[in-house]
Amino acid sequence: MMIEALIAVALVGALVTFVAPNRIAGKLAFAISLVPAAIGLWLFAAFDGSGNALLDGDLAFESRFEWIQLGEYTISWFVGLDGISAPLVVLTTILVTLAIVSSWTPIDERESQFYGLLLFIEANLIGVFAALDFFLWFIFWEGVLIPMYLLIGVWGGPRRKYAAIKFFVYTNVASLVMFGAFVALVFGLDVSSFALPEVASAMLDGGPEGFAGVSGATLASIVFVALFAGFAVKVPVVPFHTWLPDAHVEAPTPASVLLAGVLLKMGTYALLRFNFTMFPDQVEAYAVPIAAIAVVSVIYGAMLALAQTDLKRIVAYSSVSSMGYVILGLIAYTHFGVGGATFQMVSHGLISGLMFMAVGVIYNATHTRMVTDMSGLADRMPIAVGVLIAGAFGYMGLPLMSGFAAEFYIFFGAFQSEIHDLMPLFTALAMFGIVIVAGYLLFALQRAVFGPYRLETDYEIGSAPLHDIAPMFVLLALIIALGVAPDLILEMITDAVNPIVERGGDL
Amino acid sequence: MAVIELPDWAALAPALILAGTAMALFLVDSISPRSTNRGLLAGTAAVGSLASLGVAAWFLAAGVGSFGLETGGPIELFDGQLVVDQLALYFTIVVAIVTALVAVASYDYLQDHTYQAEYYSLVMLAATGMATMATANSLATIFIALELSSLPSYALVAILKDNRGSVEAGLKYFLIGALSSAIFVYGVSLVYGVTGSLQLDAIAFALGGDVDGFGGLLGLGMLMLIAGFAFKTASVPFHFWAPEAYEGAPAPISAFLSSASKAAGFVITFRVFTTAFPLSETAALIGFDWTWAFIILAIVTMTVGNFAAATQDKVKRMLAYSSIGHAGYVLIGLAGLSVDGGEFVMAAAMMHLLVYGFMNTGAFLFVALAEYWGVGRTFEDYNGLASRAPVACAAMAVFMFSLAGIPPFGGFFSKFFLFFGAIEAASANSAMLVVAVALVVNSALSLYYYSRLVKALWIEEPVVPRDALAQPIGLYAAIVFAAVMTVVILPGFGPIVDAAFDAASAVLA
Repeated sequence: MMIEALIAVALVGALVTFVAPNRIAGKLAFAISLVPAAIGLWLFAAFDGSGNALLDGDLAFESRFEWIQLGEYTISWFVGLDGISAPLVVLTTILVTLAIVSSWTPIDERESQFYGLLLFIEANLIGVFAALDFFLWFIFWEGVLIPMYLLIGVWGGPRRKYAAIKFFVYTNVASLVMFGAFVALVFGLDVSSFALPEVASAMLDGGPEGFAGVSGATLASIVFVALFAGFAVKVPVVPFHTWLPDAHVEAPTPASVLLAGVLLKMGTYALLRFNFTMFPDQVEAYAVPIAAIAVVSVIYGAMLALAQTDLKRIVAYSSVSSMGYVILGLIAYTHFGVGGATFQMVSHGLISGLMFMAVGVIYNATHTRMVTDMSGLADRMPIAVGVLIAGAFGYMGLPLMSGFAAEFYIFFGAFQSEIHDLMPLFTALAMFGIVIVAGYLLFALQRAVFGPYRLETDYEIGSAPLHDIAPMFVLLALIIALGVAPDLILEMITDAVNPIVERGGDL
Repeated sequence: MAVIELPDWAALAPALILAGTAMALFLVDSISPRSTNRGLLAGTAAVGSLASLGVAAWFLAAGVGSFGLETGGPIELFDGQLVVDQLALYFTIVVAIVTALVAVASYDYLQDHTYQAEYYSLVMLAATGMATMATANSLATIFIALELSSLPSYALVAILKDNRGSVEAGLKYFLIGALSSAIFVYGVSLVYGVTGSLQLDAIAFALGGDVDGFGGLLGLGMLMLIAGFAFKTASVPFHFWAPEAYEGAPAPISAFLSSASKAAGFVITFRVFTTAFPLSETAALIGFDWTWAFIILAIVTMTVGNFAAATQDKVKRMLAYSSIGHAGYVLIGLAGLSVDGGEFVMAAAMMHLLVYGFMNTGAFLFVALAEYWGVGRTFEDYNGLASRAPVACAAMAVFMFSLAGIPPFGGFFSKFFLFFGAIEAASANSAMLVVAVALVVNSALSLYYYSRLVKALWIEEPVVPRDALAQPIGLYAAIVFAAVMTVVILPGFGPIVDAAFDAASAVLA
């Protein structure tokens, strides 16, 4: 019942915070969020699952009740963790707490509503990673949309209305496509419930029989493509990425942290759980287009970042690039590739969170995000700039930071891949992305951080308060910890990932 | 076992309680005609409808009217003119919920209003008519119940005597209502001419016999009945009155008409078409599968409603058109019926009406709250209300997202079941795939205008600076309760699904 407790604390906390007076809302939300964070760490320490949740693995903290009986179909409350979802749940609880602390400075109106929405998002995010019944999972999946829409729309930057609507429409339409496809699949399969393990085993034992005049094989292909399209928007990969920079740039810092840190992982997590676990044949059949999408996302995302002058926009586009690596690792379909992709989800969550916080602190002090306006910040705000540089190094994949471990596993796995003869070529192309990443980050740092100080503002640039700095150091510590000892989570990840690759056939 | 054997007519208790409450309100009014004791009047109406709700829920839970040895099947009264079964009880519950919410909310809305007692008693009378519609089992009782609910509604729409919009809306509603009643009665007479009976099961029996040669006449009669129902449920092409009437009427009455009256219209449609016109016999006779009429009606209604709603500038009109769209969704319940079943899709439609009872009533009551504050009618007028009244606006956001079918709210569940049911029905009739697609596309479209209101409330800055807004107890209570129910209905969906399934399979059997 620990997962239920986790969700319940966040939900009740969200309600309490929502009606609390503005004055105390920030501190109150922080205090409340410590409870899920503590439970999350405890879950992590006490984790005793093994194998993959969808492929006959043993779940940790499993609970399952029948909820709705719908004709012959059963909808149940079904949650549990395996090695893939446990690190993501912990990541969520930690990032939410840090995001709350980092909102104390920038958020100065309607605080109680703001923090209430943050906690509400946390409940839904935990649900997304823990739910194992499609119906339940979809509720949490969509439940993230509304609070994020409001966070961007109410507390965002000048073009917040446009960005919020675009975010909402894009991701919601994608969800509908994905949802319709999955329901059609359940009808085509010989199952009587929406539980993902049951659907997965029915898929792997023969697949759908066909439905309403569509043959089974066609149905499987259509569903695969529709699911991929639905999740690709969330990830986002090129060409479905255009909502992301808008949403990121307009969102308030804490929302950006959660958006990049966890929300994007919903897409890759779902791809792993649905497409890459349930449809091994289709993965093989569509390997080339998917790998091509991955490479294009890596290169094009990095090039777009290179072209930006807004520091936040640079970090935002770099997410497109990093998520491209995740797709590349997944499509490699090797132990190292898929494991590395999952590791990268966690690693990118930490690093992008760090970067957005650093940009946020700099913006709070300078009131500009334009690289062209900045220069010589290193002298004036050494701590924030130091963190920004450290984060950039993490992004570039400096050894002993988590980004290195993640990218190393992904490339290693991708070179090993035998899913298609072209994979080594795709991998080599994608590796070129590393150069561009280093290029745009160093270029941006060069202009913004070093050189003579020449910012012409009325604002006094001093050192940031402790509560702005502390969350970044927590993240930095985690990044280095995972970089030095990837086995902290990699062991449980590979344990959960291996069955996918093995069941995937003779690759 | 029951210690006391209740007489059969006791099964009508929910409707009788509503009627009794109406009489009690008349009594209060005749003792002190100028009474403006709002607490007493609203309280009586609320207690009456809650009592009716309680009894109906108790009957439903106890299995009154369901098939079984102890329960003895549907209770037929007055030689089968009225029938109390699970379907009737289910819809009585929907009507009673909406009536209670409206009664509580009207407490504040009717402040300084002249005709208070009349208002409440008309509401209760209309509710009685709607509850009777749920139990009516013959075309004659259906017509009487229909008129019993319509006549008070005409008066209620026009009750703001000094408001030109209200009077005009009432007149329009009355004229179109009278016309559709005439068409309906004409249809009844044609069906009677073919079959020689008015009672629904007798009609079905007669259709199985020797009525060859009258197929065309029967088809015409059925078409006219559909027209009558389409009026009552505000379905295209008999929907023109709805935006006008909802716009002009006092907002609680708009809530009442668009939720309860619509549900009542659907229950008679469900009953008439499942009981009186069994698909196989009717199709053989008129050479036409009547579900096609509903397939077309469903697609057209949801599309017209949603597109029209998307272009509105006034919140109340937007809600009015969106309720036309929702009528289209519910029509799927009839479109998906097939010779060997369809209880799934019909149960889904019933669930949607129940959830709709909370979310749509709540949305209109929020409009009532806005009218109480005097903030105006357009989207712009609603700008920035959230910073002044966060709780009510949070509730309104819940209603909007629920109406749009976004999880985790009740509207998602019922729409999902409709979608699921439509897909399931597609195995019998692949045209249902088109309906399912129309449902999804329209839901996606509806998000545009629902989120527009959320955006106005939460994201936009107010056009004019506003002081703190009053917090009327009755309106707030009704709105917050409806919002809570829209969410809390989730964990409790199990029993609702069971009830809807039982009711649907019973009438389809």
